[in-house]
Amino acid sequence: MSDEFEHKLEAKSDYAGDASSVSTPDIDAVPDAELPDQELYHSHSWWTTYVFSQDAKYIGIQYALTAIGTGLLGLVLSWLMRIQLAWPGLGWLEPSSYYQFVTMHGMIMVVYLLTALFLGGFGNLLIPLMCGARDMAFPYVNMLSYWAFVVAVVVLLASFFVPGGPTGAGWTLYPPQAITAGTPGYNGGIILMLISLILFVAGFTMGGLNYIITVLQLRARGMTLMRLPLTIWGIFTATVLAMFAFPALLVGCLMMTLDSLLGTSFFMPAMVSLGETLTHEGGSPILFQHLFWFFGHPEVYIVALPAFGIVSDLLSVHSRKTIFGYRMMVWAIVGIGALSFFVWAHHMYVSGMNPWFGFFFATTTLIIAVPTAIKVYNWILTLWRGNIVLSLPMLFSLGFIVTFLNGGLTGLFLGNVTVDVPLSDTYFVVAHFHMVMGIAPILVVFGAIYHWYPLVTGRMMNETLGKVHFWITFIGSYAIYFPMHYQGFVGVPRRYFEIYDSPYIDVSTLLLNKFITIAVLIVGAAQLLFLYNLFASARLGKKAEKNPWKANSLEWQTPQMPPEHGNWGKELPKVYRWPYDFSVPGAKEDYIPQTQPPSEIIGAKVEKT
Amino acid sequence: MIVALSIFLITIGSVAFHFWSPWWWTEVASNWGNMDDTILLTFWITGAVFIAICFFVAYCVWKYSYKRDRRAEYKPEDKKLESRLTWATAIGVAALLAPGLVVWNQYVTVPKDAYKVEVFAYQWGWKYRLPGKDNILGKTDIKYINDENPFGLILEDPNGKDDLLVDAQELHVLKDRPVKFELRTIDVLHNFYVPQFRGKMDMVPGIVTYYWLTPTRVGDFEVLCAEYCGTGHYAMRGRVIVDEEKDYRKWEAKQITFEKMLAKNRKNDNLQLVKKDK
Repeated sequence: MSDEFEHKLEAKSDYAGDASSVSTPDIDAVPDAELPDQELYHSHSWWTTYVFSQDAKYIGIQYALTAIGTGLLGLVLSWLMRIQLAWPGLGWLEPSSYYQFVTMHGMIMVVYLLTALFLGGFGNLLIPLMCGARDMAFPYVNMLSYWAFVVAVVVLLASFFVPGGPTGAGWTLYPPQAITAGTPGYNGGIILMLISLILFVAGFTMGGLNYIITVLQLRARGMTLMRLPLTIWGIFTATVLAMFAFPALLVGCLMMTLDSLLGTSFFMPAMVSLGETLTHEGGSPILFQHLFWFFGHPEVYIVALPAFGIVSDLLSVHSRKTIFGYRMMVWAIVGIGALSFFVWAHHMYVSGMNPWFGFFFATTTLIIAVPTAIKVYNWILTLWRGNIVLSLPMLFSLGFIVTFLNGGLTGLFLGNVTVDVPLSDTYFVVAHFHMVMGIAPILVVFGAIYHWYPLVTGRMMNETLGKVHFWITFIGSYAIYFPMHYQGFVGVPRRYFEIYDSPYIDVSTLLLNKFITIAVLIVGAAQLLFLYNLFASARLGKKAEKNPWKANSLEWQTPQMPPEHGNWGKELPKVYRWPYDFSVPGAKEDYIPQTQPPSEIIGAKVEKT
Repeated sequence: MIVALSIFLITIGSVAFHFWSPWWWTEVASNWGNMDDTILLTFWITGAVFIAICFFVAYCVWKYSYKRDRRAEYKPEDKKLESRLTWATAIGVAALLAPGLVVWNQYVTVPKDAYKVEVFAYQWGWKYRLPGKDNILGKTDIKYINDENPFGLILEDPNGKDDLLVDAQELHVLKDRPVKFELRTIDVLHNFYVPQFRGKMDMVPGIVTYYWLTPTRVGDFEVLCAEYCGTGHYAMRGRVIVDEEKDYRKWEAKQITFEKMLAKNRKNDNLQLVKKDK
């Protein structure tokens, strides 16, 4: 892509839309379109409109609803696990079901909820609208992507119904135990899990190519890369990461499937399984861990980068202020993305890999803290001297800053190889990653849903219900995960069905389990409130005015709201500025949409973008 | 106002919880107290950042909450401020990393005078093997594992003959003497973890991993498996008892060598065969 692409950039930087510095007679000039307007597929029936839809907006909603539905199952599983941990005396679960629920909860939340929701859901909804395109570059492939995801989910759920049940190998699926007796679902559930992941990767690749090409090729006239909203930068970079990371997962899954079904020995050394010597020989279990985490660590950022991007936009719009340090933010996103491929083995400090790797991976891991910290600084400097509207999206964004900060800082514990030794495989790790890639991105998801809901339905979500939802979710989840770190200090190991009366674990530590479980139940129940609000507001919600948050980005500038098929009516939009011109001195309003030409805002002291 | 106050209270609450909650690490029983020190250092640095940023957010929310007649500042960039913050962060991160790497170097460098103990893990329990008089652990192979030879020592290796086999969940180690745990598993991944020792390392079938430590106080400690290993993972507990020299030697004297165990097992087998024949 590079040559053509750079050429395009240069061509665009010549005209930059700033009124004061351009001496051409027409200050509103934008370059001509380079591609003819996209020809769209027009649906003719109910089926092709709502089910096998090729419209990215519908596909986005389909992705989001499927992901949220699967995520609800993940939520219920977490309740079941937590009840077992708090009241082991109930005899509520068998150890095998406990491990199956742990595994399915983890995989569902990371892959089938968060990845699908951020990229499939928000990606589809927002990329064409925010870039000023009519649809994705390849609508048909986009539809296939969604349906591959549906099949992947169905296969995943089917594993609950095969003999032996779903796999209980832990979401990391480490061999040899994932495919040997002694682990629940070792010969049925695990195969379906691997097939489901393979389908997911295939489907996701179709979607991902679409996102990348749409961002690179179908941006509106005047929409340079450095005028893209950070949401798009986040989703775009995450998709690029996914294109490099998912293949590692794919081959890992394929190789393990072969080990299990055909008796190959990619990951299987000579070993005894519950008294029986197996025929495998010479494979390396650590090889799988490398493949898994080469996917798994970028995966963290595949979830986090879209969240970073979205929260930047929410903070800017709702504090009526320019995002602070936009260029630094873009480079931080790209930098974090690139670095994320050099840190994977920090998940493996005590895995038995050559311990000398520890020096390298501890160093790279702590380096990645620098661009991440820059992002946090820029978020809070966006609030500084802003005009902060405490709307629902802003509340959730503030919640994100606190939880992400907390989870990010505990990452400095675990990333620093020595500190990791006592803390790895304890509840400290569980608390850390739930805070940083569970709660923090989920808070952004909620903020984003409250923010873009009017764009999808034309109505606002109920504010009071939303506030109740926010406070319970934010305070509640902090109450779950903050104390959990301290269980980790005590040394409570993760993935324990039951602790018994270990001599070193105080009774109060077990009491803390009860407290955490009660908080889990309350926070989980509060999500029902959110679901009610989500569905009821589509009918009962207050009608939204056009551009209800007075935002600048393109998605709010469509001729109709909600946007119709093709998004832009007859004429594609022209872009004259970045989306962060808020509170510009000399401007009439405190926001200047990207589509507003310089001639209409003469006198506003706008900086060149 | 409520929002700013909540963020303020959450910050204060977190700090209070840190200092006054009863949950903290166990008293260290090995030389790895310096791991605790690096954790404390990390706490001080990250804690300060956490408090500063949360207070800053709370202040902004309180001070700059929306007023219709006010406008936000228009200042897209501040190169100086951004570069200062970047450097300050880089220095902070380096301050965390450097001591961490120093301690890691100690952790992966086994002292020459450390004596060896093999920890043998299986689904779901522990066994142990000591090198015996020659101080060399005999070679092993999965293929040799059977009822007579549960540790799978290679019969032809003379170094294995005097190895002491501890077919029990309980291990004794010497106080104040560095010990290198050679970690072996015959089935899936496990991890030999004693919370009070702080050390940890996965056991991987096909290879022998290791870590070392010097026990610093006499006591009876629980061993846990710290790497998920199947349905029985949570029940995979053992014991390590740190002894003074005298008690240790008493325990050591009770352990049986490989040669003797083999002879005993074979005799039993022969007896059984005889019984079957009859």
